[in-house]
Parts: sequence; C-alpha cells; structure tokens
Amino acid sequence: MTANRLAESLLALSQQEELVDLPKDYLLSGSEDEGDNDGEREHQKLLEAISSLDGKNRRKLAERSEASLKVSEFNVSSEGSGEKLVLADLLEPVKTSSSLATVKKQLNRVKSKKTVELPLNKEEIERIHREVAFNKTTQVLSKWDPVVLKNRQAEQLVFPLEKEEPAIAPIEHVLSGWKPTSSMMPVPAPCPGNPLGSMGICAYDIRASAKLLNSSLLPLLPYRYHKVVKKGKAKKALKEFEQLRKVNPAAALEELEKIEKARMMERMSLKHQNSGKWAKSKAIMAKYDLEARQAMQEQLAKNKELTQKLQVASESEEEEGGTEEVEELLVPDVVNEVQMNADGPNPWMLRSCTSDTKEAATQEDPEQLPEPEAHEVSESEGEERPVAEEEILLREFEERRSLRKRSELSQDAEPAGSQETKDSSSQEVLSELRVLAQKLKENDQSRKQKASSEGTIPQVQREEPAPEEEEPLLLQRPERVQTLEELEELGKEECFQNKELPRPVLEGQQSERTPNNRPDAPKEKKKKEQMIDLQNLLTTQSPSVKSLAVPTIEELEDEEERNQRQMIKEAFAGDDVIRDFLKEKREAVEASKPKDVDLTLPGWGEWGGVGLKPSAKKRRRFLIKAPEGPPRKDKNLPNVIINEKRNIHTAAHQVRVLPYPFTHHWQFERTIQTPIGSTWNTQRAFQKLTTPKVVTKPGHIINPIKAEDVGYRSSSRSDLSVIQRNPKRITTRHKKQLKKSSVD
Amino acid sequence: MQWPPPWRRSPLLSASPPPGPAKEFLRPGRVSEAARLYSHYVTPAEGAREGRWQTRPSLRPASPTNAPQQPPLANVCQQNYGAPQDPVEPAGLRSASHVTGSSLGKAEVSCGSRRRWAELVPESSWSPAVGASKMKVKMLSRNPDNYVRETKLDLQRVPRNYDPTLHPFEVPREYVRALNATKLERVFAKPFLASLDGHRDGVNCLAKHPKNLATVLSGACDGEVRIWNLTQRNCIRTVQAHEGFVRGICTRFCGTSFFTVGDDKTVKQWKMDGPGYGEEEEPLHTILGKTVYTGIDHHWKEAVFATCGQQVDIWDEQRTNPICSMTWGFDSISSVKFNPVETFLLGSCASDRNIVLYDMRQATPLKKVILDMRTNTICWNPMEAFIFTAANEDYNLYTFDMRALDTPVMVHMDHVSAVLDVDYSPTGKEFVSASFDKSIRIFPVDKSRSREVYHTKRMQHVICVKWTSDSKYIMCGSDEMNIRLWKANASEKLGVLTSREKAAKDYNQKLKEKFQHYPHIKRIARHRHLPKSIYSQIQEQRIMKEARRRKEVNRIKHSKPGSVPIVSEKKKHIVAVVK
Repeated sequence: MTANRLAESLLALSQQEELVDLPKDYLLSGSEDEGDNDGEREHQKLLEAISSLDGKNRRKLAERSEASLKVSEFNVSSEGSGEKLVLADLLEPVKTSSSLATVKKQLNRVKSKKTVELPLNKEEIERIHREVAFNKTTQVLSKWDPVVLKNRQAEQLVFPLEKEEPAIAPIEHVLSGWKPTSSMMPVPAPCPGNPLGSMGICAYDIRASAKLLNSSLLPLLPYRYHKVVKKGKAKKALKEFEQLRKVNPAAALEELEKIEKARMMERMSLKHQNSGKWAKSKAIMAKYDLEARQAMQEQLAKNKELTQKLQVASESEEEEGGTEEVEELLVPDVVNEVQMNADGPNPWMLRSCTSDTKEAATQEDPEQLPEPEAHEVSESEGEERPVAEEEILLREFEERRSLRKRSELSQDAEPAGSQETKDSSSQEVLSELRVLAQKLKENDQSRKQKASSEGTIPQVQREEPAPEEEEPLLLQRPERVQTLEELEELGKEECFQNKELPRPVLEGQQSERTPNNRPDAPKEKKKKEQMIDLQNLLTTQSPSVKSLAVPTIEELEDEEERNQRQMIKEAFAGDDVIRDFLKEKREAVEASKPKDVDLTLPGWGEWGGVGLKPSAKKRRRFLIKAPEGPPRKDKNLPNVIINEKRNIHTAAHQVRVLPYPFTHHWQFERTIQTPIGSTWNTQRAFQKLTTPKVVTKPGHIINPIKAEDVGYRSSSRSDLSVIQRNPKRITTRHKKQLKKSSVD
Repeated sequence: MQWPPPWRRSPLLSASPPPGPAKEFLRPGRVSEAARLYSHYVTPAEGAREGRWQTRPSLRPASPTNAPQQPPLANVCQQNYGAPQDPVEPAGLRSASHVTGSSLGKAEVSCGSRRRWAELVPESSWSPAVGASKMKVKMLSRNPDNYVRETKLDLQRVPRNYDPTLHPFEVPREYVRALNATKLERVFAKPFLASLDGHRDGVNCLAKHPKNLATVLSGACDGEVRIWNLTQRNCIRTVQAHEGFVRGICTRFCGTSFFTVGDDKTVKQWKMDGPGYGEEEEPLHTILGKTVYTGIDHHWKEAVFATCGQQVDIWDEQRTNPICSMTWGFDSISSVKFNPVETFLLGSCASDRNIVLYDMRQATPLKKVILDMRTNTICWNPMEAFIFTAANEDYNLYTFDMRALDTPVMVHMDHVSAVLDVDYSPTGKEFVSASFDKSIRIFPVDKSRSREVYHTKRMQHVICVKWTSDSKYIMCGSDEMNIRLWKANASEKLGVLTSREKAAKDYNQKLKEKFQHYPHIKRIARHRHLPKSIYSQIQEQRIMKEARRRKEVNRIKHSKPGSVPIVSEKKKHIVAVVK
C-alpha cells in the first residue's frame, strides 16, 4: 500500500516537473501532436487523474491538442500556430473600434504588469520568520554582555542587587543648612525665580552652583577660611611695608630686620619641617588622602623656602641638588609612592609590589624571564641556588651570542666587498673556533699542571697538535677588523683571555711540536685517548675532537661543515660552559658535605680577652668532626649533578601540576607566598584580602537582575501588549480547533 | 588628653564632684568592700583609681574632712585617700603616686599620673613595720596608650611588625590553617535541616512564594497541593486540586495566587490565602483544555502565563483561550520556563529530544537544538539573561548560551542517572539538580563537576528541586512523599554571626580557596560519603567511559590522520541545531 502511494507521489512529482517546463515543450509537442495517436492522450489523462489523487490540486492549464469548435475565451492558446500568443496580437482587431477604449486601456495596463511570483511555501516562510526573530532577540540580549562579564569578574557581588537610592539633597537644602561663621564668608544669593526654601533646582541655581564651584568662594568653608585670612594679612603687611619704605626708610629698615629675624627664627625652629604634630598626622593621612598629601607637599615647599640660606648669587647647582636630596629624605616615601599604586595598604607588600613591577618590566625580554623566578625560588629553598647561577651564566652567554650576531648582521649589511666579508667572516669563525679549542685545552693544561706531575704535561700536549700550530696565527689575528662592534668585541675577547686564561707560551711546547709532526703521532694519540680517565672526560675530550676536526675543515670547506662549525661556535661562543659546570658541581659537592662543629668557648678555663685565642688543644678538643656522609650518587657521573636534598615528605604536600588559571609557576608561587591572614597584614589589608566573592543578606529575597538595576532602560511596552497587537499569529490549526470547540 | 578618659572614670567620680557629705556617704561602702577582700593588698587598678582620685585637684578640698571621720578604714586599707594623715608628709610625693606597703614587706605600687612609674621612694610614716627605712623599687615602664583601646568597640591594639623577613613561616602556617579549615568544614558539614512530610503520594512539583521566603507550595501525584511554612516546618493548607497528577504549579509574581495544571486537562488558579470560615475550597478560575497540560510557568511581570502540552500556549489571565500558541514539531512538551530577565523569552523542552526557544512578543519559536537524549527541564540563569541549563536524561546537564546553541558553554556531569530537575541559585553562580539516582547535586555554573552531593538513606528518586530565594536553602521533593530542606552550603553556621565569626569564616574561605590545589587539602575537600549504589555506579561508569575513550583514541591512532574527527565532549552530545 505504502509502496503504491510512494510510486504515485513520484509520478506526480515528475508530472509537476513536466508542467513547470510546459511552455518550453509546448512548441515541440504542438507540432508533433498533429499526427499523434490517442494512446498518448489517454496516458496523459491518466497521469492527470493520478496527480489529482495526490490531494494537491494544482491549477493547470487545460491543454488542447485538437481543433475544436468550442473555444473557451479564458483559455486562449496559440496552439497550432507554432508561436507564442502575445497580448498585442489580440489587441490588434480592437484598435479600430473606438467603443472599446476602456477595455483597451485596461488591457494595456495588464500588459505592463508582471506576473506575481509564486509564494514561498509555509515552512520556508516560518523559517525565515524564526531566523529574523532570533536575530532580533540576539541583539536584544547582547546588551547584557557587559553586565554579565562585569558580574562574572567582580571581586565581590552583594545580593540583593537593588540598591537604595542615595538621597541626594538638593543644593538649596545644603546651602540653607549651612550658616556662615564670619562676615567674610560668602552668603549664597537666593536665585530670583526660585526662593531658597523651595524644592527643585532651577537653571539659575545650577549655574550659580557652578559658579560657586569655579570661584574661590565655595572652598571657603571654615577650615580654609583661616588660611585665606592669613594670606590676606601677609599681603596687608607687605603693602604697609612698601608704604613705610616710601615714607620712612629708617623705620622700614628696622621692619625689614624684624622680618629677617622672624625668618631666622622660623629657620631655626622646626616648625615647617614634617616633625610637627600636624605634619605627622598629615603624613599618616597622606597615604589615603590626596588633599593631605598636597598640603604636606605645600608645607615642604614652604619649609624649603623658609630655610633657604640667603646666599650670594653664585650659588652652585650642586648645592641645590644637595638640599633637594635632603628634602626628599624628609618626605616620607608614601607621599610620592602611593600615588602610583594606591591599593596596597601594607607597606611591606607595597615594596614587594614595586619590585614586582620592575620585574614585569624586565620580563619583556624573554631570555631574562626565568631569572627573577629563580631568584625567588632561591630565597625559599637553598638547594635551588646552583640552578639560578646557571641561569645567570646562560643569560650571559645568550647576551654574548646576541652581541656577536649583531656584529655579524652589521657585517652582512655592508654593501661593498661582500665576498671579502664572507671570507673574513668564515675566517673569523675559524679563528674563533681555534680560540675556543685553545682555551679549553689550556684550561685543562693549567689545571693539570697544578694537579699532576710534570711528566704528563708533554704527553697531553702531544695529543693536540693542531691548535698548537695555529697559535702564532691566533696571536697575530689575521682577520681584518671590519666594524666598530667587532673591534669592541675583539677588545672584550682579548681582555677575557687575559683575565681568565693567561696563555702559557712555553718554549718546551714549541720544542715538543716537532715530534708531533712525525707520522707515528696518531698511534700515540689513540693510546692516550684510551688512557683518559673518566673524571677528566669532559675536559679532555672536546679538545681532542677539535684537533681532529680542524684539519678536515680546512680541507673540505663544504657548506655543511661550515654550518656545523657555526653551530658549535654559537654554542660555545665566548663562554666556557664545561668549566662552569664543573665549578658548579664542585660547589654543590662542597655544600652537601656535612660541616664540622666548633664548640670552643674562648675564655672558658683559660685567659680570654682581645687578641687572645683559645689554644689549639682546646680547639681540637671541642671540635666535633662531622661524620663522613654517604657517598654522593653522582660521584662516578662526571657530567651530572644529582640533587640529594629533595625531600619526599614535603613533596607529598606540594602541588605537582600547575593549576588551571595560572600560566606560569611563578604566578602560582607568588599567590601562595602572599599571606592573607591578619597575622601578617594590617587589619584593613586583611579585610580587603578576605572579602567574600558573594555576599547575601540572610532573610532577603534576591530577585532576578533587572534592566533598571544595571542602568538599562527596559522597554516601556509590556510583553502582553505586544502580543495583543500581533494577533495574526494564532495558527490556522488552532483556529480550527477553536472553531471546533465553539461548535461543541 | 585628659586622664583618666571618661570611660574609665568610675561613675562616682565622673559626675561633677558633689560637695562634702554626699560623697562621704558614698565612699566608705566601696572602700570597705575592697578592704574586706584584700586587707593588706590593693590591686593596681584600684590603686590607680584611688591615685587618680587624689590627683584631681577639684576633689582635694573634700578630703580633709574625710580622713578624720574614717579612721578605722584608713587603718585597714593602709592608704590615705588624698588625706594627709600625717601632716609631716610632703605634699608633692603624695600627689605623684602611692606605695602601699604591707606588714610583710610587700610593696604595691599605685600610680597616680601614668608616666611616673620609674622609681618611687615611699614615705611610710603610717607603717610602723617598715619604719623609716627607704626602699627603692624598680618598675617596668609602660604606657597604657600602647595597649589600652579608647572604647571597647575599638580593635585591640596589637603591636606588630609586619616586616615579612620577620615572619619566615607565613606559608606553612597558612597552609596548616587552610588544612584545619578544610577539615573543620567537613566536620561541620551537616546539610540536612528538615523533612516536611504530609503528602500521600510522591511530590511532583514545587514552587516558591515570590514574596515570602517561608512559604513553599508543592503538588503531589495524587492531585493534592500543599502549602508549607518552612519556619514552622508544617503544612498550613491542603488543597485537592486535581484528579490525577498535579503536573505543574507556579505562583503569580505578586504572590496573591497560584496556578496548577493537572492530568485532568485543567488549569486552575487558586488564592494563596485559604478560604474563610465556612467557605468552600474553590479555585478562582478553572480553564478546561483539550489536551493534558504537562507544565506551567508564570510571567515574571505581567498577568500572563504559559502552559505546555501538545503546544506552548500563552494565556492572558483574564481569558479562557490562549492568546497565542506556538508549535514546532509534534511531540509533547514537558516543561516551559519564562526567562526571568528578558521576560518575553521562553524555553521549552519536548520529548523528541529538543529544546525550543520562543519569543512571546513576536509569537514565534526562535531556534531548536536537538540533543542526544531527552531534556527533562530547563532553568534560566536569573542573573545572566542568555544562559540556561538543561537537565538531560543522559545523566548530564548542559549549560547553553542561547545565542550559540551549537556548543554548550559547559557540560556538567556527575549524576549517575537521569537528571529530572534543575534550579538556579538566585545569585546565578550555582545551580542544584535533582536526579533519579536519589541524590541532588550542586554545581558551580562554570565547573563541570559538582561541588556537593546530598543524599539520605530514605530519599528516593528526587523529582523536583528548588533553591530558595535567599540562596541559603535547597528544597527537594521526592518519590517517597517527603519534601526535604537542605542548607545550600553544607557547613555554614546558621543564624546571626558576630563580626569575629564572620571574619574568621571569610578568612577560612579564602584560605581554602588559596590552597585548594594542594593535594592533601584537595583530597579532604573532595571527600564525600556516597551510598553504595551511587558509588558503584560511578565506578562502573568510569570504567565504561575510559573504555570508550580508549577505543576512540585507538581508532584515531590507527586510521589515516584526519579521517576520524576529534569531537570535543561539549559537541558530542549535540545532534543538530534547527533554525
């Protein structure tokens, strides 16, 4: 059954398609139809019948495939003529008759109109409606974005959100409440249109208040009033003095002296320093109050002015600077400092804060980033110190490398003589490599010279023939110095060499060189390599490798080699990593060794005093020798440092994975290391640090957020009125239902 | 500054000194008390008071009359209250301070002016034991300004140096405090408050009173509606509202009436107050519908409510026909909720696994998202207009931003059975979910795992849950006819807190937050006892999940790179979004 249905609908579909395409096909079918048989027509009819069964009765053009007498006036077809029927053709005969003018006009109008497009189906329309509505709603909702974001990030949210409106008293109320304490204080004039007592503010009022604000009148509240009075007095005195000078110069002189004396007294007293009661209170307030800070600065300025020595015109700038310094010493730090970072009531925290900012500034350089954290760690755990040292060393190394690179870049930048520069640069590379090898070797040599017997020296030297050969080359420095930077670098390197590796150019070495050139040298070398002990592996191996590498470089000179050379050069540029490592290891070993305890008490049981030392016997007696610790795990591993200080018991309490919001471990460490308790913080800081994220009032209903709460204007139209204005949306189905129900 | 400060003056002295007799009448009683207790001993405070007494010049004129009248007292408490017993005694010393010496040679020092503690030479003309020998007493010098607060409301002054170098063990100490706070939190975690029993069938729906925190309404599966008073923990009214289930209940925004829908195809409006004496319990309005209504919700501001069943209908309270009805698809809709912020928005979830959003103003559905399994209810965030959470049959909850339905903002998983109901905390930071696994869980909005799980032995499948409007309590109605009241914060101390308690609470909270990542603290904070059924279910599902994950990983590993797409957990459960 269903299959049948399906077939039908399919047929109908095909039929539809045919119908759609009808105008095109018509021409062909029309011409063919002349000689067509009835079977075809029957088939067509059948199809039509089937399609009508589908329920969707579409309007179809009635087709005529044969000539008939009955021609419908509504279905005019141009069948048989082989061309499309045009309206103009029909109008042709009407032209002549004038009685049909109105019809003609109508037809003309029809001609100009286009056919209306097929309406979209219902689903499509609904979908479009939905999409439009959704976009509209999304827009409406997007206004909440900032509010939501703010609330999510808020340090503290206090519920219920509705706040009581702060009662802002109108200005006349405030003014009427205030009474002038002296005649000098201004009395606000009542505005003409609006008597003082009346409610509301008129435009005049506002303007007047603005004026008040601008002029110096408003600040004349009692505490400022005296200041103004004082100033006025001073001015008056000055004026009087001027007059006196004109009238009676002698008296004026006396007056002047008096003034001078007053100034001197002032200078001697500490009145305007910040040691007074007032100043101290201000200094405390300065932390929180901008005004107090200002007052303080003012006072200091005054102090400076007063205490300034009346000097001769030739006052050196240096001295000025000196006084300034003194002044600055007098000013408490908070006055200047707190302005930058106002939050941070604990001065200790503050200090660390500033250092943090410094750190942050330095952190722009990625290479330098690990340094401060390492430092921090070192503060907390002593065991990490070597790491920090290494960091520093690495950084130095990095710096040097970058310096070198820059110089190279500058070399590259030089336009002329590129070939030359290339050559020279390669030469430079080579020479540097040699220098490095040389250094390493010599380093080793010098150590060995100290440690081992003299007999071994020649053997070791015999091992490395090549660098020895290059020595004169090195001394001469054949490469041209191309740029200024290079010159600098040269100097650097030279001094570096001079400082660290005083090159032992020995006659013996020179004499030893001749046997090195003998053909049997390689064999000997092999033997020696086998003899190298594990301890000295690091120091001895690299030079020997180099000695092999250098001649091959000279011979091969291909690109790869050069690259490698470059790499090696970069890796070891100007820095003795291996030596540093060894040194570090030695330090670590030293540090891990248990220490002796000296319990001698000077002066106990014998004479004591300045210059007297406890006797050796006593010292020996009270010195507790530390027991030999267990052997280090890295005793036999020359290129490894194993830290034996790690404590498993504490590790159980430590965070192993960096928690989510943090991107770097030092951030996390910093948050942990900042205490929040009142034991380590001032009360205010403690309160600030422990503010809960969400505060609710017990017994208060928390209503959902409203647009008015956050300052948005909610739409004045109610949702209900909006629906009632679009009644069209009651669906047809529902209408039917309603009808049915009413019938019932 | 005046000494003594007003609050330390005894009431006797603080008043302006009455001349002569009145004071004399008052004084002996007080002194004799002290005298009886400490016949040879005067506490420093007492002494100080007395000394002060003496230093007050205004009182001095009264004293000469005092001494002769009270000779026995003056002998017992060997102190002269400003009265020169011995006319030879120099006045200056007396006014400065006093030393009382007992017969045993003990010396007690009382201080008149507070800065004169250093060395005192007693002039003990009155003490025969000590005689004329001079005694030197060295005392510590302390300034009360440094340790006495001005009023008792002030903070105690604690001299302290906050230099961090002096406190090397800040972190370990705070760590221990945090550990203790976490442990205490677990110790005090007793969330269950009360059980409201009275229903004779499973509780199917709950509603909060919008204006009264103590009132709660509940509808049961036998058609009964009960109104409860939470403070008294009893039922204040019972209404037989429907035949069959009460499918939905909601209160009007003003709190004067409430609506119920039931299996009997009716919507009824009831007055919140009970009927007067002699009146019958009758609904205000009854609307007979064509089909069963499965849920109801009231508009947050206007006299409009929405029901759901075969379609979402929006009703004007005054009319018996819906003013608008919206359909999309043909399956029955299980719940409908108005957005509390943008009140014209509605969300509904249907049994054909989808969540549909509607706009009441434009009277059209907006969008539909189809999930893996059916959603039982949704709840809008009351603080964030576009966020809602859907409680799904696949044990998870999905928080959506309604503007981007193709990916949920967060998938909350922890339940081990279908989630039946969800309700937001009024602060919008957390929500509570009720599940068929006989537990309720509290999820932070931005976390995928729950922070708390509540269960009791007797609580069966939890059908409905509500968070009270003050965000302090949670109510849940379950199959076994009880409504349970829980604390939203399990270890919270109820009632009014003193400021110190509050400070300690805040500090502990912050400590817990600060050290929450530390393994020991984390373990303690996360530890919950669970019923065996849930526990074993969790284990089982963990294994299943792991197996599925492993398989997926293997599939990805062994197929051509890129051919097996990696689908995130969030996207995995979304089938489609229909515009």
